[in-house]
Amino acid sequence: MIFIFLTSGLFLAWSLGANELTNVFGTAVSSRMVSFKKAAIIATIFIILGAVFQGNGTSNTLVELGTINAIAGAFTVTLAAVITVFLMRKYRLLVSTSQAIVGAIIGWNLFTGNTTNINSLSNIVISWILCPILGAVFAIVLFTMLKLFLKKVKIHLIKLDSFIRYGLLIVGAFGSYSLGANNIANVMGVFIPSVIIPKIEIFGIFILTSSQQLFLLGGVAIAIGIFTYSKRILQTVENDVLSLTSESALVVVLAHSLVLFIFSSQSLSNFIVSIGLPAIPLVPVSSSHAIIGAIIGIGILRGGSEIKLNVIGQIAIGWISTPLIAGTISFFTLFFVNNVFQQPVAKLDNKDLIKDIYKNENIIVKKDSIYKVNLQ
Amino acid sequence: MALLFKITNSIINQIDEFFDVVDQGILVFKQGVNNYLNNDKQSFADNIITIDKLEAKADVLYKSIENTLYTKSLLPQFRGDVVNLLDKVDDIIDLAKENLYQFDIEQPKIPEKLNLHFSRLVDISVQSAESLIPAARVFFVDASAVKDKLHRVFFYEKEADKIANNIKRMLFHESDEIILSEKQHLRYFALHTENISDCAKIAAKILTVMAIKRDL
Repeated sequence: MIFIFLTSGLFLAWSLGANELTNVFGTAVSSRMVSFKKAAIIATIFIILGAVFQGNGTSNTLVELGTINAIAGAFTVTLAAVITVFLMRKYRLLVSTSQAIVGAIIGWNLFTGNTTNINSLSNIVISWILCPILGAVFAIVLFTMLKLFLKKVKIHLIKLDSFIRYGLLIVGAFGSYSLGANNIANVMGVFIPSVIIPKIEIFGIFILTSSQQLFLLGGVAIAIGIFTYSKRILQTVENDVLSLTSESALVVVLAHSLVLFIFSSQSLSNFIVSIGLPAIPLVPVSSSHAIIGAIIGIGILRGGSEIKLNVIGQIAIGWISTPLIAGTISFFTLFFVNNVFQQPVAKLDNKDLIKDIYKNENIIVKKDSIYKVNLQ
Repeated sequence: MALLFKITNSIINQIDEFFDVVDQGILVFKQGVNNYLNNDKQSFADNIITIDKLEAKADVLYKSIENTLYTKSLLPQFRGDVVNLLDKVDDIIDLAKENLYQFDIEQPKIPEKLNLHFSRLVDISVQSAESLIPAARVFFVDASAVKDKLHRVFFYEKEADKIANNIKRMLFHESDEIILSEKQHLRYFALHTENISDCAKIAAKILTVMAIKRDL
């Protein structure tokens, strides 16, 4: 039964795998600098590693925004995000899975009468705005540094091509890790409070907690998306913003990966706090927005005349329209699931208990203490 | 990884060798025309044999570079431009060889008073092509330096035009002793020699755009 409820999350994960590989390996594969097979294998390994070992941070933020403590609720919220992403992609609108899932969670909060954690929400919205800006800043800094370096060392164009080829593989691996770490929350994060799986000890070396097992499952679904559908998307998608050279493509992917990494690394956030700076919010951000921001950064360095400004407008509209559409769909689908299928979409709102379960993974003991309430 | 770098090093060496061969070919052409003008038949015959070999070698290298770039998917964004550039540079040695053959086959009668002018025309035309080679080489390591080297190509090409026009003017305005058919014959030899610099100019224009593209 749990698996059936997980299908919406797994489908979203599949869709993520199918669509997001373009951001990490798009230029490398379409220019034939890296073969699709190599890119898919590297992406799969590193997305799963990132999801399992670093996916908790961003998932925590989503749980804080709305602790969806009933699996039917988590299923419906993710389904709403799936529908939003599907509809917006169908009408060729720029869509972010992160924004769709956040909108859908807010829809759940409204439906169940839970208050939305304004602090979390503001952190999330600020991160969305910062995501493309940081992408642009990183791209400008990195590209300027790379150009200065290349001017100094004077590498032969063909040798440089080989270095870039390997650079794209390494940066692609880092990008895949960051994508897994940052975006796994979008597809599996909402299930954490409601799906409780006993810990698994692997060869006595390390333990996979309940959430890590969910992330692993999500990672596998992302991998299936990569292998089954991403090649088709890679072959058809073009860069709508600006044409890139291989050096700038390398910088763009690296800038994108850094943005995703920054918004998902607990250790980096702790380090920032330790030197007296405010903590970095761990928020799932849009991989596409980070890429577009980075491409715009390169465009600014080229004088800015080549940038297609309507894409920036699309991003800004997406900040409002995507959560709004997802929230509305979430609200109505929750109503439908709750009233037509008689599935509980929320349980007793005991956030402290849920958080305690989530943090300590002390699942079996406290499972019985959560009980169902009738929303009607 | 080691294999890719092996291929990379091999193709870099081939490109360098290609430019060396073309550079030598241009010098042999210059020598050949001067030997013809000085009536040094033996040296001229040697020059024809040498340029024949160099031209064939340049063709083999060009084909090999083109083949490796495409089959090994190297330089995806620049290989079309690089192959086009090498093709235009190859045209220079092709033309140089063809010109020397024309001197050999048609044996134009160049009057003594035009000897110096023809010699100067071949020097300047060849200098234009010679200036192209370092510019093409530097494109691969420092695109921003290309522009500084290319201005010589355009300068010598214009100079070659002026000298060729001067020769033609002398032929048709100041050489009543030469019959019209010979005038027309010599006019074509001035044109053929001048064409070396025109070929260099075409390659230089391609190189200018390539350098801008690389600098983006």
